[in-house]
Amino acid sequence: MPEKFDCIVVGAGPAGTACAYELAKAGVNVLLLERGEYPGAKNVMGGVLYRQMLDEIIPGFYKEAPLERPIVEQRFMLLDKESAFTISYKGLEWAKEPYNNFTVLRAKFDQWFAQKAVEQGALLVCETVALECLVEDGRVVGVRTDRPEGDVYADVVVLADGVNSLLAKQLGFHKEWRPDEVALATMEIIKLDKKVIEDRFNLEEGQGCTIELLGDATKGILGTGFLYTNKDTVSIGVGTLLSGLIKHKIKPYELLEYVKNHPMVRPFIEGGEPVEYLAHLIPEGGYRSMPKVVGHGVVVVGDAAQLVNAVHREGSNLAMTSGRLAAETIIMAKEYNDFSENMLDHYRVKLMESFIGQDLKKYKDVTSFFDKHTQYFEKYIPMLNRAASQMLAVDGLSKWEKQKKVWQTLGSTGEKLQLARDMLRAWRVVK
Amino acid sequence: MHIVTCIKQVPDTKVIKMNPKTNTMDRSSAPAILNPYDAHAVEEAVRLKKRYGGFVSVLTMGPPPAVKAIKTCIELGADEGYMITDRAFAGADTLATSYALTQAIHKIAKQKPVDLIICGKMTIDGDTGQVGPGIARRLDIPPLTSVIKVVEINREEGYVIVHRKREDGYEVVQSTLPCLMAVEKEINEVSFASLPNMIRAARYEPHIWSVDDLENVDRSQLGLKGSPTIVSKVWAPPKPSEGEIISGTPEEQVERLIQLVLEKTDRLASKEVAQ
Repeated sequence: MPEKFDCIVVGAGPAGTACAYELAKAGVNVLLLERGEYPGAKNVMGGVLYRQMLDEIIPGFYKEAPLERPIVEQRFMLLDKESAFTISYKGLEWAKEPYNNFTVLRAKFDQWFAQKAVEQGALLVCETVALECLVEDGRVVGVRTDRPEGDVYADVVVLADGVNSLLAKQLGFHKEWRPDEVALATMEIIKLDKKVIEDRFNLEEGQGCTIELLGDATKGILGTGFLYTNKDTVSIGVGTLLSGLIKHKIKPYELLEYVKNHPMVRPFIEGGEPVEYLAHLIPEGGYRSMPKVVGHGVVVVGDAAQLVNAVHREGSNLAMTSGRLAAETIIMAKEYNDFSENMLDHYRVKLMESFIGQDLKKYKDVTSFFDKHTQYFEKYIPMLNRAASQMLAVDGLSKWEKQKKVWQTLGSTGEKLQLARDMLRAWRVVK
Repeated sequence: MHIVTCIKQVPDTKVIKMNPKTNTMDRSSAPAILNPYDAHAVEEAVRLKKRYGGFVSVLTMGPPPAVKAIKTCIELGADEGYMITDRAFAGADTLATSYALTQAIHKIAKQKPVDLIICGKMTIDGDTGQVGPGIARRLDIPPLTSVIKVVEINREEGYVIVHRKREDGYEVVQSTLPCLMAVEKEINEVSFASLPNMIRAARYEPHIWSVDDLENVDRSQLGLKGSPTIVSKVWAPPKPSEGEIISGTPEEQVERLIQLVLEKTDRLASKEVAQ
């Protein structure tokens, strides 16, 4: 006789583990399934973990979690071929408790987080793949795994099975993602001496820095590159919409090699030894791509529900909060012993009311807008670099003439009008 | 039938790095796994339990994280797990290890008499294959090494028939029970654990004994004190130099091969002369 749990969570990433943690803490009998050898074995992210959302689940987690560096500076480099226009904010308020965000290595962090859920009473089973949801009379009643005697039942199943979410797809919650709904990120972890990292990134001991790379980092394809400091490694990567890679007929690892060798980037990682290569899909369809997230006896959380804010490169925090909200709803559903779609829909409502729904709504058109209007990445970033170069070069021209020349780099009157229109349009999309 | 399987958690030597300065294994560089030969031992015990009925216990000596290896055995279908862990056991060679495990087996046997002990052929970190026979000697039961098949166990008449691997085939051996077997990898294929076993293992807490929990222990035979083995030198075997792939027409290949053979034998011959 297969065992029945109160709840099965499929996937021990940030969303699934947060959900299992909250459920177990409330005394719910929860089974957490993970396909990897251990939680984090198959999980990839650039590496920024935001403090606030995990703090709401495990207060003061940063005192014990395996974190790399608290981030004190966030730089944005708008790259042309041989130049960069950099904007940065560095603040020492981020160097002390309670911190703003951290760099993490997921293989370590996810293990720790899952262990926390286990300590609360969640039952973690690894190396087990959930193949499909078991459905009876239109209700999800459990999952079928790849193991012998692999069926297991529950009142409610939480799908935290990541960006591809085969289980949600099988239930008809979403179709195969289109190439413009997912980004492909490839990254390398490069080993460097602690001291070298701190010198190159202008950091005090233990502090961290993130650099987002726009423009030529992705050869003008919509997407970003990134350079994050870990304890004794640097994570460097590049992510672009799959559709962009297809359109430009470029292979993801070629793009990674390109950004690694970019003259504005190369000095940061010079002499480092690549120790890991990772690649993963990121759901970037945003609000318009969100699948159905609730059904009879089932809820969808995290990447599986397309909960990523591509503009602010936030994902794991949305995942954790969605997991927590799902847990709250399940705890309530358990009190009423009602796991119908109607009851579980409370989760969807909470999700949309939270910062997750609000942020996704705010940026609902951003990805598709910039995907359609390529001039921002292809034209305006190089233009900005040329203008800055002209403005800052001391070459005997008077400042009047300088300004005139800069004005000329913006093109003809028609082009200037177009530029003004484009800036206004972009502002409307992100505002 | 009560089968006790002795197992060990080992660093995965497929991925382990050597510290070039001290010539020791950098254990932190490799994940800890259940010794692969021991997985076959547990699998065989579980299969014999299915064939003849009974109960499978696993026993290990090691530091607290070795609980994970016991859990892996529970996943494979073992019923109970015992771990002896204590600073007093630290630094044990095969002599002291077999002594400590034997004392633990005595204690397990008090709860439930033991009919059969199964060990893996050897561990992949020590490579000695001495602990199994050591336990058999101390228990004064027959050791059956290099077992590749258990043909029959007859508990009523108290005998077992097995196949032992030899370089030129195998031999059929009959032994009395209880006895100890050390099994080769060929004996079985380790099964993919069932979900109920995975769930059971996730919940399972093994019995953990310190040296004080064991009876009649002669402490001078434990750990470093009880280990007469002296490691005089450890070194990583040199990596074999890259070979040469001979290509071309068959005639060219043969020619090159002969040339190489002549060169090498020349070198060997000159070495002999020099010596």
